[in-house]
Amino acid sequence: MKQKGAKIIVDCLIEQGVEYVFGYPGGQIIDTFDELYKARDKITQILTSHEQGASHAADGYARVTGKVGVVIATSGPGATNIVTGIANAYMDSVPMVAITGNVPVSLLGRDSFQEVDIAGITIPITKHNYIVKDVTKLADTIREAFMIAKSGRPGPVLIDVPKDVQQKECEYTPKKPEEYVPKFDATQPSVDDAVKIIAEAKKPLLYVGGGCIISNASKALTEFAEHIDAPVASSLMGLGAIDANHRLYLGMIGMHGHAGVAKALKECDAVIAIGARFSDRVAGDRTKFARHAKIVHIDIDNAEIDKNVVSTAHVMGDVKLSLEYLKSKLKKAKNAEWVNACRGYINEFPLKRCGTNLCIRKVVEKVNELSPADGIIATDVGQHQMWTAQSYKFALPRTFLTSGGLGTMGYGLGASIGAALASKKRVVLFTGDGSFHMNLNELATAVKLNLPITIFLVNNNTLGMVRQWQTLFYQKHYSSTTLNLPTDYMKLAEAFGAKGFILDKDADIDATVKKALSCDGTVLVECRINTDEYVLPMVPPGKTTDDMITDLDK
Amino acid sequence: MHKHIITALVNNHSGVLTRVSGLFARRGYNIDSLAVCNTEDENYSRMTIVSQGDDMTIKQVIKQLDKLVDVIKVNELNADGAVSRELALIKIKVSPKERPEIETTCRVYKAKIIDLSPESVVAELTGDPEKIDGFLKIVKPYGIIEMVRTGLNALERGENSINDLTDYNDTI
Ligand SMILES: Cc1ncc(C[n+]2csc(CCOP(=O)(O)OP(=O)(O)O)c2C)c(N)n1
Ligand SMILES: [Mg+2]
Repeated sequence: MKQKGAKIIVDCLIEQGVEYVFGYPGGQIIDTFDELYKARDKITQILTSHEQGASHAADGYARVTGKVGVVIATSGPGATNIVTGIANAYMDSVPMVAITGNVPVSLLGRDSFQEVDIAGITIPITKHNYIVKDVTKLADTIREAFMIAKSGRPGPVLIDVPKDVQQKECEYTPKKPEEYVPKFDATQPSVDDAVKIIAEAKKPLLYVGGGCIISNASKALTEFAEHIDAPVASSLMGLGAIDANHRLYLGMIGMHGHAGVAKALKECDAVIAIGARFSDRVAGDRTKFARHAKIVHIDIDNAEIDKNVVSTAHVMGDVKLSLEYLKSKLKKAKNAEWVNACRGYINEFPLKRCGTNLCIRKVVEKVNELSPADGIIATDVGQHQMWTAQSYKFALPRTFLTSGGLGTMGYGLGASIGAALASKKRVVLFTGDGSFHMNLNELATAVKLNLPITIFLVNNNTLGMVRQWQTLFYQKHYSSTTLNLPTDYMKLAEAFGAKGFILDKDADIDATVKKALSCDGTVLVECRINTDEYVLPMVPPGKTTDDMITDLDK
Repeated sequence: MHKHIITALVNNHSGVLTRVSGLFARRGYNIDSLAVCNTEDENYSRMTIVSQGDDMTIKQVIKQLDKLVDVIKVNELNADGAVSRELALIKIKVSPKERPEIETTCRVYKAKIIDLSPESVVAELTGDPEKIDGFLKIVKPYGIIEMVRTGLNALERGENSINDLTDYNDTI
């Protein structure tokens, strides 16, 4: 049947099982929105306050469901507003399809009104992108884009569709979406070496990353860890891949990782990196990372192997399939002494309280205590993010949404909106006063949709994480980090239609958190803490765990 | 650090060159030369890229290239196992009385003179880049008015073809 390009776009989204599109209309995408209107019983449009919020919402939706998140924007400023969201999804390997309108083909390249070369702009931050100038190619391009977004190491794909292509008609034949079935090649050369290293390791340490969550490998990972009896450390992106309450789980690795993990890393004889990429925030000085230990690297992205840290052996493939294969090749091991030693290292370094009147770790712990195991926690970027990551015991995958690779302040509220829609459950957001001000416009979206989101705004009157660096490395030159904003958060909550609470002392934590988690709709809790609190431990950038700062009083 | 030859089969779309050259720039890999041309199949183009770097870096480059959707196959060519050629056109300042000397030089280098004017010649030279460099050294004193080089083109020796390789994107 012949139909308009815009209808082909919408029908292809329906084909792919899309239930929500996050976006914002405009002149060059109005045809597609017109078709979305006609298909509103099948796809729900989520209109945000700003396209950036829509892109983060699509990201949050994708992280929670594992499905492809969809964001739609108009040309020019609409398109550039989603760039941060695309880059964020790219860095954290989140499956996303972004559709942008553009000026008609005949006006392309003439600096027409609201024309930008969004395909050119997004080349370095997408897995792939397209400008579709021929309506007959539209359907297959969209199908291919979904496949690319969700296959292998997932990521964002952008499709730029000029307005006349949305209006032109062509034949459309519906197609079932292709399923992505991960493969594993057991004949790859280095897999036997990997098996041998793991079998011979007396003090193995697993370093798990976001890849374990993406490939739904939690069960395989837990069984693998138990089978070889190896303690587990997780990157920020890997939190929740294995239950933090598991006897083998140690804690987070990296710049703000656990000091006990740092000690285990120093002692171990083999690091088995699984779906992780040795980012500088994990490895520090990459040339010195675990130099004495053998390194086995398991990842689906061949280019990650030996990119930052050179491995002794590697396994390229889907993490889940790789772990299942490796387990089948390995005898069950017992490393009681080593596991106990690691446990001891963890107990040696309890996390420090932060705050005099109110300790935000205690708030995080209370939320943890009162939330179901599958409760979703989102963060923004800064000290509050690290305190949350360090103190919350994530039990399940896809329950922690944080901007790991890009470190995008302003990510959290949009992501929470996507997550709340995806999970149909309460989402808790820990944000900072700086981050919240970046995209607080989405409070309007959350309230309008009556989404159950509880926001704990950690108000330290500063860009705390930057201030921490200024204190430690820049002679306390607090350049542009003091916020002391006159914002009245209670009035702000009220103005947007949300409920507001103030939390300023430990004694009120129990009652306030309970209230904030149980009342309907969107809730904002302003948590007032001291300005000078520190995220510890900390490995200074580019250094090794030997330089870890664990205590500032000494 | 030494010279590596990378050969790639890529989609014949607009924008593919940007993706490839952008990847080099973004990741800090350098390009000595890059040659693109059509192939026997109109859907594909062939690229020959010469890059400096240590072996680890070149391995990274190839893996990153392989991930691009528009890069179908990519491989490093071993200099001994490949034939490689570059074409140069060199416009040399030559007075009529110097012409015999230049003609002798061209004969030694198997260069052809393809254009003449009272004060210049254009020499065409094919060979490996070192041969072209050698020729340039000799004619430089006469004065090089302008010149172009194609950059290196290379193929593996023997009956193998780049088409025999697997595309990384098909393996995951
Ligand atoms: C969009 C963006 N701009 C700047 C930064 C740099 N940055 C990292 S943390 C931080 C401070 C965050 O302040 P706040 O949200 O109040 O969190 P806190 O550290 O105080 O908990 C800044 C400015 C960033 N990560 N993202
Ligand atoms: Mg702050």
